[in-house]
Amino acid sequence: MGFLDIRNVTKSYGNVEVLHRVDIAVEEGEFLVLVGPSGCGKSTLLNMIAGLEGITGGEIAIKGHVVNGVHPSRRNIAMVFQSYALYPNMTVAQNMTFGLEMHGVPKPERERALADVAKLLQIDHLLDRKPGQLSGGQRQRVAMGRALVRDPDVFLFDEPLSNLDAKLRVDMRTEIKKLHQKLKTTIVYVTHDQIEAMTLSTRIAVMNKGYVQQLGTPKEIYDTPANLFVATFMGSPAMNIIPARVVVQDGTPHASVTDADGRPRLLRFSQGSLAAWDGRDILLGIRPEAITDPEGADRKSSNIQALTNRVTVTEPAGSDTFVTMALGGQDAIARMRADASVAAGQTYDFAVNMEKAVAFDPKTEQRIASD
Amino acid sequence: MSAVTQDTAVSMGRVTRALIYLLLLLFALFYLLPLYVMGVNSVKPLAEITGGNMMALPEVWTLDPWRSAWSTAQIGVEPTGLKPYFLNSILMVVPAVVISTIMGALNGYILTKWRFRGDTWVFGLMLFSCFIPFQIVLIPMAVVLGKLGLAGSVPGLVLVHVVYGIGFTTLYFRNYYATFPTELVRAAQIDGAGFFQIFWRILLPVSGPIAVVSIIWQFTNIWNDFLFGASFGGTNQPMTVALNNLVQSSTGVKEYNVHFAGAILAALPTLLVYIVAGRYFVRGLMAGSVKG
Repeated sequence: MGFLDIRNVTKSYGNVEVLHRVDIAVEEGEFLVLVGPSGCGKSTLLNMIAGLEGITGGEIAIKGHVVNGVHPSRRNIAMVFQSYALYPNMTVAQNMTFGLEMHGVPKPERERALADVAKLLQIDHLLDRKPGQLSGGQRQRVAMGRALVRDPDVFLFDEPLSNLDAKLRVDMRTEIKKLHQKLKTTIVYVTHDQIEAMTLSTRIAVMNKGYVQQLGTPKEIYDTPANLFVATFMGSPAMNIIPARVVVQDGTPHASVTDADGRPRLLRFSQGSLAAWDGRDILLGIRPEAITDPEGADRKSSNIQALTNRVTVTEPAGSDTFVTMALGGQDAIARMRADASVAAGQTYDFAVNMEKAVAFDPKTEQRIASD
Repeated sequence: MSAVTQDTAVSMGRVTRALIYLLLLLFALFYLLPLYVMGVNSVKPLAEITGGNMMALPEVWTLDPWRSAWSTAQIGVEPTGLKPYFLNSILMVVPAVVISTIMGALNGYILTKWRFRGDTWVFGLMLFSCFIPFQIVLIPMAVVLGKLGLAGSVPGLVLVHVVYGIGFTTLYFRNYYATFPTELVRAAQIDGAGFFQIFWRILLPVSGPIAVVSIIWQFTNIWNDFLFGASFGGTNQPMTVALNNLVQSSTGVKEYNVHFAGAILAALPTLLVYIVAGRYFVRGLMAGSVKG
């Protein structure tokens, strides 16, 4: 049993089920990120934890107490909203202590809690201002402060960074991570941004169409995605999904992919169990950073395969250079060192880190389990 | 370094500008003319008016017509002046405006933030009440007031005007609150605020502009109403009915100067409301109707 238990929870609007049997146990101090495209049900799930939406089936328990039907204010949770939802007519101080006031906390205690949190978030100097006089980043801090003052069991964040500009978003991301490391609070965080999910979380639940597609640590999600959806949703640029055929040679399975000129190239798999798929079509999943120039290849990898191919497009991005090539009849992206000298139309040697490659069943779109 | 101009409007020459101002001035004079006539004639002796000098300034200035209109003029059969009726109107307008505005605000709050099954229908029906002509409800309303024992009383008039006003005030507040972020209400719920606490602490403090619209609208409508006042006022008739009785009397000399003074007295409160709160009116009307 976890600190926050989501057991077999479903949500329906009329006859339409939008959330199907979600089952997640969150441990104390965990940072769980719900990530997925819009309409996947992640915000609905968060609102159900908060008590803002009813639970159709299953149950949600916080610290062992089932909270189905319990009013949001009695669940001992705090929520940070996407729009911050600061009360426009109140000062920052009033905004932050409103919840305590409503819960009947005496004034001296409120003042103390306010002072502590204001110091922690470095917003002491803003306490007398109205939200309208604050910048986006300051409002974000106040919204977090309002949640922190309550000292709740669970923090809920609903896309809190999506209204900030790109630079501030990165800063605040670090800030939230620092805060979590310092306070060791339990957080459920909703976002559609897979980089936020990767960087912040201790565990990620990738959701799509009302189903949890995969639940795991960022590394598990990134390295061994459960299915094609997770593979392509997480990571930027997305994982290359290349049609390939399994060929067993010398007793070990290889992926046979066609290069830009339609010639088959063999890449040895690290997973011996794929030999069972001999002669069958699969989808080969390789992350862009696993296809590099030979000098940039991962030295710790036990399985670097050479690949010669012609380059279609190069995109220097400053820190890296992205190279597009045709593989298996589709565009595949490779991530090179920034100063790798490649030019479009030329043929180069590449190094493919097959240790990181995964294979998917083209019919079920699930990852082929390897042991 | 004055190369950068802030002027985004269409530029025009001095002559055009002068012409426009001249035109505006003419229109303003035209619209102010009736007020001038009323004002000037209310401070003249009757003889000057009947002598044919309606437009001229008074030769003898006098406040007697005002005094007469306020406290001694013959209204119906009693020589009471307009004073008691003015008080009737105030006693009717203030509670009616306050009650209908508060109820409209509550309705708007519920219809936008506490949605329930069929809420759009309820709102539609309330809107419908804005289109019912007064005359249609006279007889049913008389029956209801009679049964409630409120016929011919000021509370009865207050009830009538509240019922008639709720449709409009609900429309204003609903449209205004529709633009109010629901996340704020949810945040307040999580903070532990109840139904009325959210209303008083979160919504009402930002409802200034639309409250002004509702108050002006209700005040002018109720103050200026004649039909309900004449039908249900009984002995407690409002100002409008009294003014009619003063002006339309068919016996005796027509004291035009007193009539003018009385008419100004009757129009004064609405004029005041507009002057004090008028600049919020358009702003609030736009906020309530366009963004919704």
